[in-house]
Amino acid sequence: MKQPKIKLIVLAIIAILLITIFMLIKVSSNNWEYVIPRRAIKIVAILLTGGCIAFTSMVFQTITNNRILTPSILGLDSLYLFIQTAVVFLFGSSTMTMMNSNINFLVSVALMVLFSSILYKLFFNREDQNILLLLLIGIVMGSFFSSVSSFMQVLIDPNEFLIIQDKMFASFNNINTNILTISLIIVAVVSIYVTRYSRFFDVMSLGRDQAINLGIDYEKVVRNMLIVVSILVSVATALVGPITFLGLLVVNLAREFLKTYKHSTLITGSILLSIISLVGGLLIVERVFTFSTTISVIINFVGGVYFIYLLLKERRAW
Amino acid sequence: MVEVKNITKQYGGKKVLDNVSLSVEKGKITSFIGPNGAGKSTLLSIISRLIKADSGDVIIDGQHIDKAKSNDLAKKISILKQANNINLRLTIRELVSFGRFPYSQGKLTDLDEKMVDEAIKYMELEDMQHKYLDQLSGGQKQRAYIAMVVAQDTEYILLDEPLNNLDMKHSVQIMKVLRRLVEELGKTVVIVIHDINFASVYSDNIVALKNGKIVNDGPAKKIINRKVLKSIYEMDMQIEEINNQRICVYFA
Repeated sequence: MKQPKIKLIVLAIIAILLITIFMLIKVSSNNWEYVIPRRAIKIVAILLTGGCIAFTSMVFQTITNNRILTPSILGLDSLYLFIQTAVVFLFGSSTMTMMNSNINFLVSVALMVLFSSILYKLFFNREDQNILLLLLIGIVMGSFFSSVSSFMQVLIDPNEFLIIQDKMFASFNNINTNILTISLIIVAVVSIYVTRYSRFFDVMSLGRDQAINLGIDYEKVVRNMLIVVSILVSVATALVGPITFLGLLVVNLAREFLKTYKHSTLITGSILLSIISLVGGLLIVERVFTFSTTISVIINFVGGVYFIYLLLKERRAW
Repeated sequence: MVEVKNITKQYGGKKVLDNVSLSVEKGKITSFIGPNGAGKSTLLSIISRLIKADSGDVIIDGQHIDKAKSNDLAKKISILKQANNINLRLTIRELVSFGRFPYSQGKLTDLDEKMVDEAIKYMELEDMQHKYLDQLSGGQKQRAYIAMVVAQDTEYILLDEPLNNLDMKHSVQIMKVLRRLVEELGKTVVIVIHDINFASVYSDNIVALKNGKIVNDGPAKKIINRKVLKSIYEMDMQIEEINNQRICVYFA
């Protein structure tokens, strides 16, 4: 019983240690005024995205009852890029720079929530809900959005394309600081809302039939959680770009490491792991590779290797 | 009492249940029998709100299940489906503790712990309560799931083919437990079952379904009869009285 708690404390210590290193490395008395606030903003963004991604992946796996999915399967992040590209394509990049980023952000969030509600209506709200069908549609929609995006990107002026390119890759060096405050508010509100549902997660992971048998309003919980997932994915994507692959990595690491089914422990663990890998990855990018690569490359590489390992292991047994 | 009124359910134009009405007697074991595809499992799922009927009503103790709160229903009626592919690594005790969720919402009180202990004891799983589900045999696993339902402590217990894939010894063990649930704890048990001899020996009432309709229902003795069974299964079977129990011989 006690073991997971100790492991969580260890993870928390590592996370705090890494954050401290990140904040204090190469700080001297004459540059700290400049360095510390900028690094603090990065850390806040990391905490937000790391938390969002870990939480959404865990919840998404629970409601779909599948351990190798992440919300990116719904095509949510390609939808985000599609919206951004469409804005530039239709109105030009000047609108993008002129437009209040909060409004842009809220519109994107609203569209993504709308999109996932439609997906929910079509695929979750049925008794014979078929997860393979959902996956297939998600993948098709995802590649549809990215194909249309790249089509528009080819047509637009190369200078305008640069604006979009900024958003295409996850990066903590051009964090969208304008929306940091509103993201914080949204995440705080959503977190308060989610605590009402947190006690359902363990039961949800027993599957639909058992969850209903134990008195959970299954359809309602799934619908509301799907909306929460799409809001939080929008926050993470808008802040740094698409890195939902990270979710698969940290959620499964958390499961392997903590060896429990309790979501309170699992979610905390995966959030901590997510922060550790983001801060750690960023340290490697900045100090070892001196910015010659991006964090998404590192995460996708490590995540990809782990994913293959997972598939090979899956073939044998759970 | 569970009352089912004019239930109809269609899948892609095919009527799985066609205007089915019945009432389940309290404090008895009721078995649903019938050929494959007769709609037995669907009916059970509709009664337990896992599936929504296209039309018709299910009324449990005077309350319509669509209007009742799901959590309140979970204290009144429980269902165990045949496919229990839970892909979590749980011990028996952890699984049984889930049965208390409707009461405790995940935070077990002393009373909940006591109920879990009793349920485990009732199913004779004390020695292995800390074993993981994937280390258990089919019979032990089924007992663990039934222990969860016992811990849920509902008046009505619905089981979809509880004997599926079990050998005779374990089948008898499960059926005896169900009998005890009815006689000692006053529960009402409804099962879907394929082996008509188990239905004949262990149940009080039998409901026979065929092609989405109830073709016959009543006390077990009345249903286990050559003519009735022929109309249900379209095969002739011999019925022998052994030790005052009606046994069907259908192998020839």
